Amino acid sequence: MDLRDTAEEGAFRAELRAWLDANLPEERRGWRGGEQRFGDDFGRAWSRKLYEAGYAGLTWPAEYGGAGSPYSFQAIFYEEMARAQAPAHVGVIGLGMAGPTIMAHGSDEQKQAHLSKILSAEEIWCQGFSEPDAGSDLAAARTRAERRGDVYVINGQKVWSSFAHIADYCILVTLSDPDAPRYKGLTYLVVDMHSPGVEVRPLRQITGEAEFNEIFFTDVEVPVSDRLGDEGEGWQVAMTTLLHERGTLGFALTAALDVGVGRLVETAREHANGDAGVRERIAAEWIEMQALRYTNYRSLGAYQRTGVPGPEGSAIKLRWSEQNQRLTKLGRELLGPEGILDDGWWHYQQLRSRGNTIEAGSSEVLRNIVAERVLGLPRSR
Amino acid sequence: MDFAFTDEQRQLQREVRGFLAANYPLDRDWENQDDRWQELAELGWLGGADLSFVEEAILFEESGYALYPGPFLVTVAFALPWLGPEDREAAAAGTTKWSAEDRGLVPWLGSVDMVVDSDGNAQPARGEELPTVDPTRPLGRLERTNGTPLPGARDVPRARTAMAAEAVGVAQRALELGVEYAKTREQFGKKIGVYQAVSHQLADTYADVELARSLAYWAAWCVAEEDEQAPLAAAAAKAFATEAAVKACERSIQVHGGIGFTWEHPLHRFYKRALWLEGFGRRPAELRGEIADALLGVAVTA
Repeated sequence: MDLRDTAEEGAFRAELRAWLDANLPEERRGWRGGEQRFGDDFGRAWSRKLYEAGYAGLTWPAEYGGAGSPYSFQAIFYEEMARAQAPAHVGVIGLGMAGPTIMAHGSDEQKQAHLSKILSAEEIWCQGFSEPDAGSDLAAARTRAERRGDVYVINGQKVWSSFAHIADYCILVTLSDPDAPRYKGLTYLVVDMHSPGVEVRPLRQITGEAEFNEIFFTDVEVPVSDRLGDEGEGWQVAMTTLLHERGTLGFALTAALDVGVGRLVETAREHANGDAGVRERIAAEWIEMQALRYTNYRSLGAYQRTGVPGPEGSAIKLRWSEQNQRLTKLGRELLGPEGILDDGWWHYQQLRSRGNTIEAGSSEVLRNIVAERVLGLPRSR
Repeated sequence: MDFAFTDEQRQLQREVRGFLAANYPLDRDWENQDDRWQELAELGWLGGADLSFVEEAILFEESGYALYPGPFLVTVAFALPWLGPEDREAAAAGTTKWSAEDRGLVPWLGSVDMVVDSDGNAQPARGEELPTVDPTRPLGRLERTNGTPLPGARDVPRARTAMAAEAVGVAQRALELGVEYAKTREQFGKKIGVYQAVSHQLADTYADVELARSLAYWAAWCVAEEDEQAPLAAAAAKAFATEAAVKACERSIQVHGGIGFTWEHPLHRFYKRALWLEGFGRRPAELRGEIADALLGVAVTA
């Protein structure tokens, strides 16, 4: 056990910090997230710059355009990006979900076609999992894929797809065999979002912004060669995607909390520094943020030792989302009447945080996962 | 960065767990417990084995998990930093048991030999002993003499982290008892762990315990390495872990239903240990106040 950087980690951190200082424009720091991710061309340009400097796909193998670095480098990357309040790479779905799934299940042709373009932000990806009647229950997906010769013909609707309106490709879970038993009839496809019959409609959320979308598929033809895994094995492939979603998320989430707690401290200094109750709540948020940070480190330590993330990681997203809701609510509260002004940072963050306990695994589903897979309690469904 | 135990540390953890499980089973005679002090000395756990504080934290965690009854916490975590070489040797050999005064109270006053008073003097352990919420852990008021000045110093982060680690062990055991019960107890024709009103409470406890453990190990590493973050890390760990232990026991009692509320069931003993750890020294709210001072500067009234 040693929480200090190794010599290599220290050198990487110093080099990254210097690179961010030199390359990140001042006006792009303190990025609020949300629609700002898509507002102009900066997101793609910035992502490309990260790629060219070797910071995209740090843990990906060199043969796919990655740096082949240990996972600790990815953790340092998130920490330093948060410290600089730098915008994230725009290809989060590609980097965190589609890419690892292609590496695990894709053909050589698919790997060659997509992986390096995901890193360079030449291809933006979105995720087509949730449907109006299949939210937490992914196995209930009803978007149809009918095999006709060399193509699948897709009809149906997906929802809550971030980046779909700017995406080039979609990882899509479809129902290929409606008569198969549950979990057996799904097929996982890569869909070109520029294909005829794909229609994207932005969904306005409670913040007033449209970060995510509905996607409608009408007789969309997808070559059979764009399937990931075998026909009928979509469930297993989707589990790979979700494992990576949760696996790589922790450090990014904690890094964002670190920024949030820092801002909370600033806000409190200006607005409510004498209030003992408020001071105690801020200290509690700082403590929980540290607890999440070191839980990430423990999970990483287990990963480095065994190749499997430690079970403690399953608690991170659950607690992060609830903490972010408390934290942003407190930030707004500290401002007094100003806190309800429409253009405020805290006002926006508090509204946005309500999605945190729903997206990427609702808190109810995550508690089921902890209860059943970690604690070994009997299945509730 | 490597936040995982070494193979040797894992081995130590297994040894401690095994020793305590064999000697302190849940069906022990709770009213007549032997602290097996000489055996602890022979195992090197009283300072003889020259363990780092990360390893000592493993011992504290396991002592909470097994609900070990003796004055291990006060001798090793509170008093040792004060002692000179000869006193350390006698303590390590199991010849002298120590405690330390904190806010006018001395844990285990009636069962230790010597006490470090709040001014850093060694005193013979004499005075009035008072029962506490945890019957294995009385507190006494020291009958003061002039005492003999001790060469060491108080190590607040060490003491707090030890209590945090012990609390993690208590919380872990309360969780395991709750999970076991939910897997076996049937109501309405099903194991009660099927019901989300039950399983989600245990999932929340799991998250609490893991977060508490992360803070306790972080603080232990900071104490072992004399890292500058040790005071804040220890304050955070004690505040969070002791509250987590109390909650873990409360949820476990609830999951157990009526049997969890009986004297016969051991859960109340874990609960009482958790309450003791939460209440002794600085309480969670005070610790959060300390952290707020560090983050925000001392409060200024608006």
